[in-house]
Amino acid sequence: MRKFISVMLVAAMAVTALTGCGSNSSSSSKKDADKYYIGGIGPTTGATAIYGTAVKNGAQIAVDEINAAGGINGKQIEYRFEDDQNDAEKAVNAYNTLKDWGMQMLVGTTTTAPCIAVAGKTASDNVFQITPSASSPDVLSSGNGNVFQVCFTDPNQGVASAQYIAENKLPTKIGIIYDSSDVYSSGIEEKFEAEAKTQGLNIVSKAAFTADSKTDFGTQLQKAKDAGADLLFLPIYYQEASIILKQADTMGYKPKFFGVDGMDGILTVENFDTKLAEDVMLLTPFAADAKNKSVQNFVKTYKEKYKDTPNQFAADSYDAVYALKAAIEESKATTDMSASDMCDALKGAMTKIKMQGLTGGEDGLTWNESGEVTKSPKAVIIKNGAYKAM
Amino acid sequence: MSFISYLINGVSLGSIYAIIALGYTMVYGIAKMLNFAHGDVIMIGCYIVFVLMGSFHLNSTVSIIAAVIGCTVLGVVIEKIAYKPLRKASPLAVLITAIGVSYFLQNFALILFGADTKSFTSVVSIPTIKLAGGDLTISGVTIATVISCIIIMAALMIFIKKSKSGQAMLAVSEDKDAAQLMGVNVNKTISLTFAIGSGLAAIAGVLLCSAYPTLSPYTGAMPGIKAFTAAVFGGIGSIPGALIGGILLGVIEILGRAYISSQLSDAIVFAVLIIVLLVKPTGLLGKQVQEKV
Amino acid sequence: MKKSNMKSINKQTKSMLITYAMVIAVFIIVEIMISTGMMSSLMQGLLVPLCIYSIVAIGLNLCVGYLGELSLGHAGFMCVGAFSSAVFSKCMMTSGMNETLRFILALLIGTVVAAVFGWLIGIPVLRLRGDYLAIVTLAFGEIIKNVINVMYLGRDSKGFHFSIKDSASLNMQADGKMIIDGAKGIVGTPNQSTFVVGIIIILISLFVSFNLVNSRTGRAIMAIRDNRIAAESVGINITKYKLMAFTISAAIAGAGGVLYAHNLSTLTALPANFGYNMSIMILVFVVLGGMGSFRGSIIAAVVLTMLPEVLRGLADYRMLIYAIVLIIMMLFNWAPKAIEWREKHSLKRMFGKKEKAEEVQ
Repeated sequence: MRKFISVMLVAAMAVTALTGCGSNSSSSSKKDADKYYIGGIGPTTGATAIYGTAVKNGAQIAVDEINAAGGINGKQIEYRFEDDQNDAEKAVNAYNTLKDWGMQMLVGTTTTAPCIAVAGKTASDNVFQITPSASSPDVLSSGNGNVFQVCFTDPNQGVASAQYIAENKLPTKIGIIYDSSDVYSSGIEEKFEAEAKTQGLNIVSKAAFTADSKTDFGTQLQKAKDAGADLLFLPIYYQEASIILKQADTMGYKPKFFGVDGMDGILTVENFDTKLAEDVMLLTPFAADAKNKSVQNFVKTYKEKYKDTPNQFAADSYDAVYALKAAIEESKATTDMSASDMCDALKGAMTKIKMQGLTGGEDGLTWNESGEVTKSPKAVIIKNGAYKAM
Repeated sequence: MSFISYLINGVSLGSIYAIIALGYTMVYGIAKMLNFAHGDVIMIGCYIVFVLMGSFHLNSTVSIIAAVIGCTVLGVVIEKIAYKPLRKASPLAVLITAIGVSYFLQNFALILFGADTKSFTSVVSIPTIKLAGGDLTISGVTIATVISCIIIMAALMIFIKKSKSGQAMLAVSEDKDAAQLMGVNVNKTISLTFAIGSGLAAIAGVLLCSAYPTLSPYTGAMPGIKAFTAAVFGGIGSIPGALIGGILLGVIEILGRAYISSQLSDAIVFAVLIIVLLVKPTGLLGKQVQEKV
Repeated sequence: MKKSNMKSINKQTKSMLITYAMVIAVFIIVEIMISTGMMSSLMQGLLVPLCIYSIVAIGLNLCVGYLGELSLGHAGFMCVGAFSSAVFSKCMMTSGMNETLRFILALLIGTVVAAVFGWLIGIPVLRLRGDYLAIVTLAFGEIIKNVINVMYLGRDSKGFHFSIKDSASLNMQADGKMIIDGAKGIVGTPNQSTFVVGIIIILISLFVSFNLVNSRTGRAIMAIRDNRIAAESVGINITKYKLMAFTISAAIAGAGGVLYAHNLSTLTALPANFGYNMSIMILVFVVLGGMGSFRGSIIAAVVLTMLPEVLRGLADYRMLIYAIVLIIMMLFNWAPKAIEWREKHSLKRMFGKKEKAEEVQ
């Protein structure tokens, strides 16, 4: 009996899956041939849901803006976002779902490990992929020249941070707290440490934490304090950083804090006492309170629509959509192209475009053939609960 | 000096584990089931306090009382809907249902409160104590946690020893059928156990989030598993066992992180657990049940 | 037992044949659908994961359903199988070895390593009972995941370098290549898991499991499950049989891990894929499918893996719906009241008396 019910369920689901694909295969791919189909992937459920949600919303704003302004080459964009729960296998499922839907270009995925897996698939399918936030160099090498990044690569950030600290004569007794179970964090840490050596910085303490123990940093802070670190380098995301700041304050430990782009967002943590973040320094391509007009518009729209302050993930994904627009215009790719033809056209165009974007700063964003972005990280310091350029 | 500071942190963390472990151990003792959703009840309790304090500007005492009531009701409702129909089914079936409830609570919170992490304001207003010229600091939350843990343990033991319902709990955990024959209302007793366990979960949650000020839909999952481990460590079903197991686990975790490897601290905790269970197969204070042939 | 021996063997054989037939029929249908272009990319992408979870569920069913021991650490065995085979494949990628041979060897290595781990862990663990055993297997699973996350393995012209600190302390030559890079795991494993391979391994796992269960050994194992003391008193070597079942169960999970490792170009040991959550997920397949029913395990694995994918249209609500469906299915399948209701109502008649006999058994 039990089995009978299960069998029924399987049958029902098989039918659903089949009818879904049946309608797809009959119209070969997408429903409306006069639109550009852009897909997005990232975690919108699970412990890392916050990043995927930001990417989803950032891209949505860009798509809405473009569509309202008449689209790309006069053609509207159709946009769909799928959840991957920060899991490589689910990301591939999400990618296949989007393929069935008729996706021509992919904005994603949000996190690194799933992105490597999806890049392997897009490379063999020859689908154009631009990731807003998966920052490991492995993402690009898993692709086949079809993968581009909007964010800095991790090594760049590590090196830039070490150089910045050395050049600006910040304290040289450095403590590091990083997430060893996170690709992003450990990637930056590794390069930072190597560069710190050549810059003559003295790393006096280095303590890791993992995804399973990321709420208590008392031990790591005590170690840094005992080692006499005057500057704590935190190549981690802002949620953990907010706890570190609070716990350090409770302990009465007051070093200088230096973060990277993952730190951006710390001022927007709901209910966080921003006084604790006073004098925290970070390298970031995007600041939600910048004077720049396009940034202000973006932040305003985002707040209205999603009742939240956007972080760099949202900004990077907004830029990713605009980069797609620029590349489509440059290559004159048309809506009726197959995903593979589209990919070939966009690959060539990406290296030719230059855009300002939200994260481009003064020099703008450009890409090289390997898919890496060139943009200049800005160092900011938090004063009175707001970023100030250094 | 840092050793003492690590030790204090460990005891503080361990006290939280102990209070959570109580919920596991009581439910296990009486209903013979692993309530996997317990960790997520903690998370719901934290959100109740967070919302009441943040959006309704109630003071902390009122919010905590509301959270305790909320979690108690939640615990009883979960028991009624998801576990009671399965009372005579295989324990494994109940375990899987509990996992379903756990997924449900997590995703419910995700949709209701959003994915972003919230910073939890400490509800404890005891000032930080500085000793040895500022080298050793004991935060107010630590003091509050340890004191609450001791009070809760003492109160619970007295409750079970002295009150009629407490005795009924003991009887049900000893032998459900015999207790029923003696006129104990088993269903009521089990509901009461869930109510107490879930109410304690709210308190544990508030302390947890005050000490480690972050709140997300997944806040309860890992502490839940650790506390479950603590309950087994101390001997599941035993209340003093939960206390000892919880505190030992907390201390081992922090000391392991400090002196061996911060990345392997969980592995160390689990390794110690394995060794203890191999030496004493029913945990530190667990009863060795003689098998009847 | 003896009296119904003849009849029960017939029934077992029948049930076994139905299971094989089901797998082969599904295989044929799917192949036809692929060749006629009737299958969506999503479904094609899901085929290998469905095989993986079916295999691991078969393995766990052997442990939970037949041995009667609750293991919450099977994701750990998967993890060991996945990483050992991926390291092998990665090392051999440049050696010019025949790809099929390399994959077969990788499969063997992953399975054997997982079996060795199952055996080693089984020796101490199987002395414990019930929930204590469950928590210790969970602990082992977490330890495996945790340790793999701090392992660094590199290879250069001088040979292999290993460290549990960081990649810099490997002191590799300039031509060195990372194989396992701590939390970053293994990148660039060859994608060799296909549906055909998956089906073959399902069939092999079924073959091994059915043979074990229907043999003298299997009856000894089930005797231990049903009454340990009675089994011991008739001279069954408890430790030996328990260990045997547990090791085979781990080996099958390891084979699933090998497929997992060779399905995507990246392999990381995250809480989501090799943590206790995955172990629990597999346990859900086994319990929902019916303990002791390999066919049920496969069906449950397929249904529950597809469910969130089919529900994608519901966006963020899908995991909530998934949880509700899971609870309802459990209540419907296991609650005494629901069983009573089902027995009263008519669906049973379609199956006649046979079904009744099965339920009783």
